[in-house]
Amino acid sequence: MAGNRLIKVDNLYKEFPIHKGFLDQLVIEKGRFVRKHESVKALSGVKLEVLKGESLCVVGESGCGKSTLARVVMGLIRPTQGEVLYQDQRIDNMGFNELLPYRKKMQMIFQNPYASLNPRMTVRQTLEEPISFHNPRLSEAEVNERVVGVTESVGVDPAWSDRYPHEFSGGQRQRISIARALAVDPEFIVADEPISALDVSIQAQVLNLLMNAREQRALTYLFITHDLAVVEHFGSRVAVMYLGTLCELAPTKKLFATPRHPYTQALLSAIPKLNQSSSDYIKLKGEVPTPVNLPSGCVFHGRCVHANERCKQEIPELKTYNDISVACHAVEEKRI
Amino acid sequence: MSLLEVKNLEVRFAMRKEELVALRDVSFKVEKGERLGIVGESGAGKSVAAFSILNLISKPGYISAGEIIFEGQDLTKLSPQQMSQIRGNRISMVFQDPMMTLNPVLTIGTQMTEALHAHQDISKEDAKQRAIETLAQVHIPSAATRFDQYPHELSGGMRQRVVIAIALITKPPLIIADEPTTALDVTIQAEIMDLMMELCRTSEVGLILITHDLGVISQMTQRAIVMYAGRIVEEGDTKDIINDAYHPYTHGLMDALPQKTTPGQRLNQIKGVMPALSSIPDGCAFNPRCPLVADICRTTIPDYSNIGSTRVACHKAAPRGS
Ligand SMILES: Nc1ncnc2c1ncn2[C@@H]1O[C@H](COP(=O)(O)OP(=O)(O)OP(=O)(O)O)[C@@H](O)[C@H]1O
Ligand SMILES: Nc1ncnc2c1ncn2[C@@H]1O[C@H](COP(=O)(O)OP(=O)(O)OP(=O)(O)O)[C@@H](O)[C@H]1O
Ligand code: SF4
Ligand SMILES: [Mg+2]
Ligand SMILES: [Mg+2]
Repeated sequence: MAGNRLIKVDNLYKEFPIHKGFLDQLVIEKGRFVRKHESVKALSGVKLEVLKGESLCVVGESGCGKSTLARVVMGLIRPTQGEVLYQDQRIDNMGFNELLPYRKKMQMIFQNPYASLNPRMTVRQTLEEPISFHNPRLSEAEVNERVVGVTESVGVDPAWSDRYPHEFSGGQRQRISIARALAVDPEFIVADEPISALDVSIQAQVLNLLMNAREQRALTYLFITHDLAVVEHFGSRVAVMYLGTLCELAPTKKLFATPRHPYTQALLSAIPKLNQSSSDYIKLKGEVPTPVNLPSGCVFHGRCVHANERCKQEIPELKTYNDISVACHAVEEKRI
Repeated sequence: MSLLEVKNLEVRFAMRKEELVALRDVSFKVEKGERLGIVGESGAGKSVAAFSILNLISKPGYISAGEIIFEGQDLTKLSPQQMSQIRGNRISMVFQDPMMTLNPVLTIGTQMTEALHAHQDISKEDAKQRAIETLAQVHIPSAATRFDQYPHELSGGMRQRVVIAIALITKPPLIIADEPTTALDVTIQAEIMDLMMELCRTSEVGLILITHDLGVISQMTQRAIVMYAGRIVEEGDTKDIINDAYHPYTHGLMDALPQKTTPGQRLNQIKGVMPALSSIPDGCAFNPRCPLVADICRTTIPDYSNIGSTRVACHKAAPRGS
């Protein structure tokens, strides 16, 4: 397994402190004032591996920690606890200079093509910058050659290189962001909802582009999206997250055919389908819990119809059944 | 009388060298409690159409022709003061990007209660109560805690729910939602759609819903508009648009859905890209990309023809497969 592994994320925790005024932090406990620091538990013990050449899709509720996971893997933020390994090399604790070679191998595409391109840089400048930065020895002509090549590969006319981002539509901008990510010849791309803002026909263009790049460059993707139809199409495996934890990890076909975790089941049932006006999805019971005060036991228990006493107390471990991994007591006890 | 009637709306951008026409001859109606969907290519003018209803088109854009009749009043003729009494009160808007609505330096609570105080005579305590209730309605967990937080402390999806809460809090008769659930996962999307649906049904709130998610359009709306290069190319009952469309662009859009292709295969793209506003071709704007293109398409802009409940602008308009 290890030889085939590109990324390993081990027992990752990330907390964001909540900044409150001093007085707001005071709470009375056993008749005395105590100062309490609250924090958002964005990731609570995530373990997963990304295999070479695969497209691992990450789905889950808004706020469940998908972007945080992406940012920790990319080294943009440090985890509170746990490790990130790139080909068995620990990278989460590296300094800026040490991390540089990995910054070249790992590229990120952000959700919002409006915010992620610098409005004062032309397309050419946007693409030249990372190429020259990571390849300081290339001559100007060589850099230019690369820029032209990568612009063409994403279907943007190189004649437009001297235009600014505001002159492009959302889809074109997203192609430029992809071109920027591909420009430095990465091995691994983290895409955080790269197509959410695009219409269906441009989504098709961008997805085809990412699939072409996957084939031509043997790329590995960590792909975050809300669109389950896209997951079904693009993903080799799917990781389902809920409230900072991984609840299910399975090959795409298996996950869609036989979702095991109750949250996965609810998620798949809620996909809006054409010509289905009713809202006959699995409605989750209870309140959406908060990542500030995590529920005890299984983080999903308050919303789960299969929850029992054990679920309220004991955190379920991610257990592997053939090629499917599920963190659920009911599945383990063969109740579902 | 319709709740909203947009008549022959034209919006232009006065650029340094030229005038770009962003919307041409856009007409549609929304009845009380009706839910209308708008779909179309990125850059087709969906957001410009939504913004112009609220007179939120910023320079260099301006409304160059047409009327926007809302509750009997032509909104294009109102003063900025009169317009601000309508905005957020009679018509609320949910934008694509939640940070367009949210002020990063104010707490969620302040922003929500401000909206109430601006339009209604309500005490501070009642406003806070209403705000927390509305936050809970859009399924924000620990609403009372979130009330005191700043936008950057929330996830993207949570921010958008706050924006939806702000839109709902004044209980307006018309809500314009521009990609309201794009940032949300499907379970929360489903709940918010249910919530909006219930509001539209019980309080007869009209809804204009812009989204590229055809599944959402199919479930949420009764009528749908398809836009391309600044023009409505097809309008009809949503189920007809989804199943029995006449315009080749609408066909292309439906075919591009991942569901229409075997997993792992390349998706069906519409060849080419939508032209920039500055270089819209003569005749039908879709003609360079159209599989049915004929000579007349390159010279003459197609008029609307009515087929059943559908209105379509195409010289070769035909049901699929004929
Ligand atoms: N800088 C920050 N400070 C405080 N809390 C944060 C910060 N960034 C994220 N969070 C919190 O961490 C949790 C996870 O956020 P994250 O952005 O990873 O969610 P997500 O799964 O990407 O959600 P979405 O689908 O809405 O984008 C949320 O509760 C969010 O409010
Ligand atoms: N301030 C502006 N100056 C010049 N052109 C503009 C401006 N704002 C919008 N446009 C142009 O108007 C056209 C319509 O844009 P609009 O934002 O309405 O598209 P849209 O249909 O909402 O697309 P998307 O699905 O990507 O949100 C686009 O060609 C856009 O480039
Ligand atoms: S009018 Fe002609 S070019 Fe335009 S969509 Fe119809 S067939 Fe195609
Ligand atoms: Mg995110
Ligand atoms: Mg838009």
